[in-house]
Amino acid sequence: MKHILKILALLVAISACWIGLLQVSVIPESYTWLLPLYFIVSLGCYGILMVGVGLMQFPTCPQEALLLHQDILEAKDFLKNKGVDVGSN
Amino acid sequence: MGNEQKENSNKYSIIIPTYNERLNIALLVYLIFKHLPNVNFEISVVDDGSPDGTQDIVKQLQSVYGEDRILLRARPKKLGLGTAYIHGLKHASGNFVVIMDADLSHHPKYLPNFIKKQMETGADIVTGTRYVKGGGVHGWNLMRKLTSRGANVLAQTLLWPGVSDLTGSFRLYRKSVLEDVIGSCVSKGYVFQMEMIVRATRKGYNIAEVPITFVDRVYGSSKLGGSEIVEYLKGLIYLLLTT
Repeated sequence: MKHILKILALLVAISACWIGLLQVSVIPESYTWLLPLYFIVSLGCYGILMVGVGLMQFPTCPQEALLLHQDILEAKDFLKNKGVDVGSN
Repeated sequence: MGNEQKENSNKYSIIIPTYNERLNIALLVYLIFKHLPNVNFEISVVDDGSPDGTQDIVKQLQSVYGEDRILLRARPKKLGLGTAYIHGLKHASGNFVVIMDADLSHHPKYLPNFIKKQMETGADIVTGTRYVKGGGVHGWNLMRKLTSRGANVLAQTLLWPGVSDLTGSFRLYRKSVLEDVIGSCVSKGYVFQMEMIVRATRKGYNIAEVPITFVDRVYGSSKLGGSEIVEYLKGLIYLLLTT
């Protein structure tokens, strides 16, 4: 099944629940009408939170640049001896 | 340190698309040979008519390492990444294919990890991820990290891709799987990489991940501007609707 259909099915299910809530009136109607808005805002906040958390935990590897630099020197050395032209780009 | 290397009868074709990578390709080839001492592999350099003489360097490398280990698959001009992989696949003799970038942002020292992971899990695809513990990126400023993280969250929410790094292009594919997936992909650039992995997920292929470190562009420059962001968003919508 295409992915978009899965998402639409999910949205339809959520909408059905919402309409059900409207009909049953367990929660005051004024509140129920605003539920979709709350849902969208929560989703937005969750997204921003995930971006923030991910940004804080963003894995960095400064030592890798140094290791790479050493690898490059080693490679240039080897290749020069074998007659490969390792002049700069 | 016991080296419990299981019998590995697989052959790995490493496809590297190049454009003006005269120096990097030589360094990369050296590092690949350094880190895969007991592995049966070949390197396929798909060069799009580089004006800086990349192909001459590849020929020099062939005389050092052997023409059976390094294949030069030249093309007349820049023809795109997807077709570069297809071109490299055409004469690939391995049963597994590795794709990686030529600019040294993908370090060959992770190749044994890819191979090991695949043998352990029997995965169809092993993809390198920069965004988990053990992985990482160097050379990105805050803005770049923010865009990357935002893009990733958006893609995860919309596409449920099953992998943590969608735009990464350091991957090991079972050759038959790559041939199957690449046939149905039409995007360009890094959206192409996303399309590949999302289509593979949709087709039910077994995908494993290994952490990799990514050092951005040692020689040369890499840009991320407004147009790239627009392309990315368009790509996301396209993938949302068609996969």
